Amino acid sequence: MSVAHLIKSFTLWEFVKAHALTLKYFFKEKATINYPYEKNPLSPRFRGEHALRRYPNGEERCIACKLCEAICPAQAITIEAEPREDGSRRTTRYDIDMTKCIFCGFCQEACPVDAVVEGPNFEYATETRAELLYDKNKLLANGDKWERAIAANLEADAPYR
Amino acid sequence: MTAFFQSLGLPFEAAWLISTIAGILLIALPLMLSVAMIIYVDRKIWAAMALRRGPNVVGPLGLLQSFADGLKVFLQETIVPTAANKGIFLIGPVVTFTVTLLAWAVIPFNSGAILADINVGLLYVLAISSLGVYGTIMAGWASNSKYPFFSAMRASAQMISYEVSIGFILICVVLWAGSFNLGTIVSAQKGHVFGILNGFGFNPLLFPMWVLFLISGMAETQRAPFDLCEAESELVAGYQTEYSSMAFALFWLGEYGNVLLMCALNATLFWGGYLPPLDIPVLYAVPGVIWLLLKIFFFFFVFSWVKATVPRYRYDQLMRLGWKIFLPLSLLFVFLVSGYLMATGHFA
Repeated sequence: MSVAHLIKSFTLWEFVKAHALTLKYFFKEKATINYPYEKNPLSPRFRGEHALRRYPNGEERCIACKLCEAICPAQAITIEAEPREDGSRRTTRYDIDMTKCIFCGFCQEACPVDAVVEGPNFEYATETRAELLYDKNKLLANGDKWERAIAANLEADAPYR
Repeated sequence: MTAFFQSLGLPFEAAWLISTIAGILLIALPLMLSVAMIIYVDRKIWAAMALRRGPNVVGPLGLLQSFADGLKVFLQETIVPTAANKGIFLIGPVVTFTVTLLAWAVIPFNSGAILADINVGLLYVLAISSLGVYGTIMAGWASNSKYPFFSAMRASAQMISYEVSIGFILICVVLWAGSFNLGTIVSAQKGHVFGILNGFGFNPLLFPMWVLFLISGMAETQRAPFDLCEAESELVAGYQTEYSSMAFALFWLGEYGNVLLMCALNATLFWGGYLPPLDIPVLYAVPGVIWLLLKIFFFFFVFSWVKATVPRYRYDQLMRLGWKIFLPLSLLFVFLVSGYLMATGHFA
């Protein structure tokens, strides 16, 4: 054990240096975001809660092609469809099991009419499991609620697709 | 205070009883309150050094966090494991908590403001802090579970090891002050260095002893970096593993009460207690209690600072530090201090 080492360990030099560092950090601006009062910015590509969109005239976009159901790797989507009275093909049932969904975004990619999208909302925690089994009404309601944000996000992301 | 109650027409015995109980409440209740607040402060300091914000939701600035935690714990069920030794299991936390409160009896809050002004105050503190081990051992053994047991073994060995060097450190202080009475020790520090600095800590011969005392105090109170008895990566939560509800809360109160006691001892024995740091008449305008509380708070900041900075020791390193470094070093300083005092005719 050299003399320098002895002096270093008996003056607690390393400890003093470490404490100077932590004291510096003590006065630094904190890294924590004060959620829920402050939130991080989200990318337009953020894949949050699902929504079914409508055309501006109120007609639902989904044409029941079932591409999303087919591509869904978690098999979270269930669709049943039959022709409507006016002859157009529409879904009678469109369920997404949010407990199965892995938020890969394939359904959105597969959709030919931009009907099913993953919106910017990620704060939809529920008290019961059953509330996470979304049906068509819930998804359409989501679409109505988030339409403005979703449209803006799709437009922002469009040049890169 | 006894005289005051006597002036109300009470006989001496009754006046003494009432004033003692009042004194106990005057110390114990603010202590409980400050323990609650100090847990909050600890979390805040710890968080700030990790670039976090710490508790800030319950009450303004999160000030009520500890009370919310306390309420939550209070409403929980006290679970006693079937295999546990029920009596000892429940006495353990009570012992830890009581012993913490007991030691505060001899801390002088101002000149003359001591609950129990006994001549062997320092010995009393040593004895009481040694008793603190029993709460831990009882809890660890009575839990009848292997990790709490390991933890209790570690804690007892650790506390006993560091008490040895603490004893020698205190001998240096006692030699210089010439008394075991904490009030006398504080007043002996008045103008100790150059006639203007109040505190044995300013003395170059005693300053290293203070550093040793601070570190030993951390080991004695099971604070990080010496919190081996609750090393969560190895021992779950140490001797507290099987505890819940108020029994658990009592351990917490006891632990932080002990930390505050160590801070108070640091202030009292080395940095002038209720005296201001400089022996200037203007500074005496501030009440002694305020000085003492400021010093306690400063040392608590140091305790939290260390906790936020230093990683946990390995057990053999802890033992090596205690027995192979602190013990010889403090012995050497007992020799140096007594030699200096003999040579300068301090005892004449």
